[in-house]
Amino acid sequence: MSSGLPLLAIVALPFIGSLVAAFLRQDARNGAAFLAGAVALCGTALTALQYPAVSHGGVLHFGIEWLPTLGLDFTLRMDGFTWLFAMLVTGIGFLVALYARYYMSPADPVPRFFAFLLAFMGAMLGIVLSGNLIQLVFFWELTSLFSFLLIGYWHHNPGARDGARLALTVTATGGLCLLVGVLLIGHIVGSYDLDVVLASGNKIRGSSLYLPALILVLLGALTKSAQFPFHFWLPHAMAAPTPVSAYLHSATMVKAGVFLLTLLWPVLAGTEAWFYIVVSAGLCTLVLGAYAAIFQQDLKGLLAYSTISHLGLITILLGLSSPLATVAAVFHTINHATFKASLFMAAGIIDHETGTRDIRRLSGLFRFMPITATLAMVAAAAMAGVPLLNGFLSKEMFFAEAAAFHVDSMLDHSLPWFAMLFSAFSVAYSLRFIHGVFFGPPATDLPRKPHEPPHWMRFPVEFLVLACLLVGVLPALTIKPFLATAVRSVLGPDTPYYSLAVWHGFNEPLLMSVIALCGGVILYWLLQGYLAKGIDGPPIVRRLKGQRIFERVLVTLSWKWARSLERVFGTQRLQPQLRLLVAFAVIAALWPLYRHGLEPGSRPATGFDPAFLLLWIVGGLCAIGAAYQAKYHRLAAMVMMGGAGLVTCITFVWFSAPDLAITQLLVEIVTTVLILLGLRWLPKRIETAGEGLSASFQARVRRARDLMLAVAAGTGMALVVYAMLTRPLPQTISRYFVENAYAEGGGRNIVNVILVDFRGFDTFGEIVVLAVVAITVFSLLRRFRPAPESVEAPEQQRVQDAYDRAIPSRTEGDTLADYLTIPAVIMQWLFPVIGIVAIYLFLRGHDLPGGGFAAGVTMSVALVLQYMAGGTRWIEARLRILPMSWTGLGLLCAAFTGMGAWLFGHPFLTSYFQYLDLPVIGKIPAATALLFDLGVFAVVVGATVLILIALAHQSIRRPKPAPVPAAEKENA
Amino acid sequence: MIELIFALAVGILTASGVWLLLRPRTFQVIIGLSLLSYAVNLFIFGMGRLRIGSPPVLQNPEVVDPALYTDPLPQALVLTAIVISFAMTALFLVVLLASRGLTGTDHVDGREDAQ
Repeated sequence: MSSGLPLLAIVALPFIGSLVAAFLRQDARNGAAFLAGAVALCGTALTALQYPAVSHGGVLHFGIEWLPTLGLDFTLRMDGFTWLFAMLVTGIGFLVALYARYYMSPADPVPRFFAFLLAFMGAMLGIVLSGNLIQLVFFWELTSLFSFLLIGYWHHNPGARDGARLALTVTATGGLCLLVGVLLIGHIVGSYDLDVVLASGNKIRGSSLYLPALILVLLGALTKSAQFPFHFWLPHAMAAPTPVSAYLHSATMVKAGVFLLTLLWPVLAGTEAWFYIVVSAGLCTLVLGAYAAIFQQDLKGLLAYSTISHLGLITILLGLSSPLATVAAVFHTINHATFKASLFMAAGIIDHETGTRDIRRLSGLFRFMPITATLAMVAAAAMAGVPLLNGFLSKEMFFAEAAAFHVDSMLDHSLPWFAMLFSAFSVAYSLRFIHGVFFGPPATDLPRKPHEPPHWMRFPVEFLVLACLLVGVLPALTIKPFLATAVRSVLGPDTPYYSLAVWHGFNEPLLMSVIALCGGVILYWLLQGYLAKGIDGPPIVRRLKGQRIFERVLVTLSWKWARSLERVFGTQRLQPQLRLLVAFAVIAALWPLYRHGLEPGSRPATGFDPAFLLLWIVGGLCAIGAAYQAKYHRLAAMVMMGGAGLVTCITFVWFSAPDLAITQLLVEIVTTVLILLGLRWLPKRIETAGEGLSASFQARVRRARDLMLAVAAGTGMALVVYAMLTRPLPQTISRYFVENAYAEGGGRNIVNVILVDFRGFDTFGEIVVLAVVAITVFSLLRRFRPAPESVEAPEQQRVQDAYDRAIPSRTEGDTLADYLTIPAVIMQWLFPVIGIVAIYLFLRGHDLPGGGFAAGVTMSVALVLQYMAGGTRWIEARLRILPMSWTGLGLLCAAFTGMGAWLFGHPFLTSYFQYLDLPVIGKIPAATALLFDLGVFAVVVGATVLILIALAHQSIRRPKPAPVPAAEKENA
Repeated sequence: MIELIFALAVGILTASGVWLLLRPRTFQVIIGLSLLSYAVNLFIFGMGRLRIGSPPVLQNPEVVDPALYTDPLPQALVLTAIVISFAMTALFLVVLLASRGLTGTDHVDGREDAQ
């Protein structure tokens, strides 16, 4: 749908802008601000251009298939109401960006600020323009996330961190509730598409799931709009930079809640449950917010509580379920956005120019900044509902609705009185804002000498105040058509008649306004004495801190209870964890055995071979011996482990697996070298006679338990293996590999063809793992600090060196060299031999046992032998081995071979083969898989050598011993 | 019978490996893991059933009869597993050494048992 493309642009532009801003230089304050302003202005213009399409009840759509199988599409949708909201979000977004350019200090990372701001704007537009409910909730949670980042922008300030966390916890939890609510609605309606949902009001209200869905959706909306009892996050969010407050708490974040209520008003409203829940939440918020606002000492705190209270007003209006009240709600949403944004910005200017926002310290600012003062006064008057300003008009509508009769109940009857109380309170706090800051004697102890801000910083305030005035004086000429469009798209054909005139004659609402105005002035006058005491927070309610309660609940849940649960059920010790794991595995394997029993397999048994039995008697004894000796006799344990490995290797040969045998044998060699190199750094442990007998009862119980577990695991494995081996082999994909190894892979060694061709991608992953491990080992060892008692050279070396030093004709290390003379010569001469073997193994790998892995390990054995023969220093003075480069080049070689297939239009790692006839050598297979195998070879050489050399180097370093742990120091 | 011996071999390797895995000293755990990986490699290898004298290297590539050769797939899996278990041993050994240097003990928890 081409008509919807601008919608996509409106939502996508801020996100793109955000990405760009994120990559700007730290000090690109102007660039980032310009970008943000331009994006917001573009958004405003694009939105404005859509007006003709929505002005007569039209709805714009844009859709992309997203999850068609689930009936979910990415859809954007714009009607009159969402158009109005999009205008507010983008328009005020532009003003905030302009304002923030002057507000933010060059010392802050400003591009990051604008990146967050733009992303937030995009998320907000996403909510407003979403065409399906799931998508709406997604953007809803995005706004929670970005508001978290924005509120916590000054993350060095603990207040900002706490406020951000609080806001995120409350609003994101609400968002989760909303998600469930939306899923319920989708379940009732059978679709998440907003148009379908909006057309199914009766179905939803009549459903048995209506109440749970309603409560969940309301939890989402009321937390977002900071309604009682979830209001407490909003005042703490004031730790954000003021442009953020001006944006989030006037036109966007908190308005998302009332936006959702208005959007779903046609389908959810009109029931008693809706009336009672929404109106009572709104009423509590309205009165408590206004009451608390009077007693705030922080300018932004005052505005925050006033915001809470005004949101309560909108919530009540929506809760009343009457079309006229909804008109008033939409109207007040716009009005509140304009005057509250300007007031926040004015507060920000005051803070910026004087250095404080504390009403107790501010005074008499009118003579220093008359223009700002005048603007703030007009905006505050709009907030108080003074005639000829926009706040007055919507407040009159509120009064009219409050006085009107809806549902026969105490709540409805008390509404007019509470409305007047609220109004009087709001007059009082508006007066306090103006009188306390701008009048009185000039303040003396301000951090900065106050003066007017730069003109363009004040411009957004001027613009918004002008809007307040124009709407207030000439509503019919300014806001009326837009409001009418918005209201019509919410209410449809039920849109009632309403009049936006300034003067309706002497009627009930006007009387209420007059009483409230006078009451507010008198209240402020009466409170002078109390306010002069400078106590922060309202009397009585001050002690009831939502945040304190919330934090306490949170600490109890996520710290105390979690900790005690962890104490009961968890452990940080490795052994119990492993024990549980093994026990669980044994039980999980036993379960099917218990259910189905174990029957003997049908495969004909093979004969008995005494040699194989003997082989495994040795192997088994080696394994048990290694297990027995690993604590006190590490070398013996290692040798016996090697024995078990060798027996494994022979088993591979026995059962037709030459490739495995070669690799196992070679790996056994390098593993032995590796562990030998590591042994030196382990603590001495000497078995004292009879220690096993004197072990404590607990230790013996523990060992018996572990032994039982080990025997159980071993028996289980033996059973499973026996059961498996005595059953015939089912048809597997192996058949395919055998049949096509030569035809498609061009190799006769099927195992190698699988590795480098059929499953080449797996092998690629494999060598990447190997490279990662090598680099990890290398970097861990760079900062290696041995335990203090291992630092000294081994005893044998010390004795030998002492002998060498004592005789003048010898130098240190001679004795060792003497001992090793013959082996060293052999090892040095073996280097070319082993190298040739490696090349041979590598080249024949495609057709005969061998291949990149085996060749690579062979090559590294050749290199390691040179280290043993000549010593680390000697060999490195003669041979430059660059294992890092080997590893890197190998990976690149394998990757490029794989990518080469792209050039011929084949998928990654498709191989090509051909036999080459070379002089002397003869016919060799030249598949591209050989190149890939070359990469494998290089990675294996590089990684193995890197690991071994890194470990070997520890002995010639003079490493600093690790600091003695604190616990041991105390014992000493 | 060969199957029984093979199965017992895997069982003994597993039991020794598990026993060492549950010991408190890091070196014991490393040896245990190596023994366990032998057991697991043999287990996976056994998946292709035990056959003598029929390596998966094609004799006459023109006529391919899968019945003549042992199952190559488990072998390919085990081949990479062998190399990876070397890498794992190397990594654990270095972590062991670093932890021993930093904590002053070779206990798996980085501190001696309280008992």
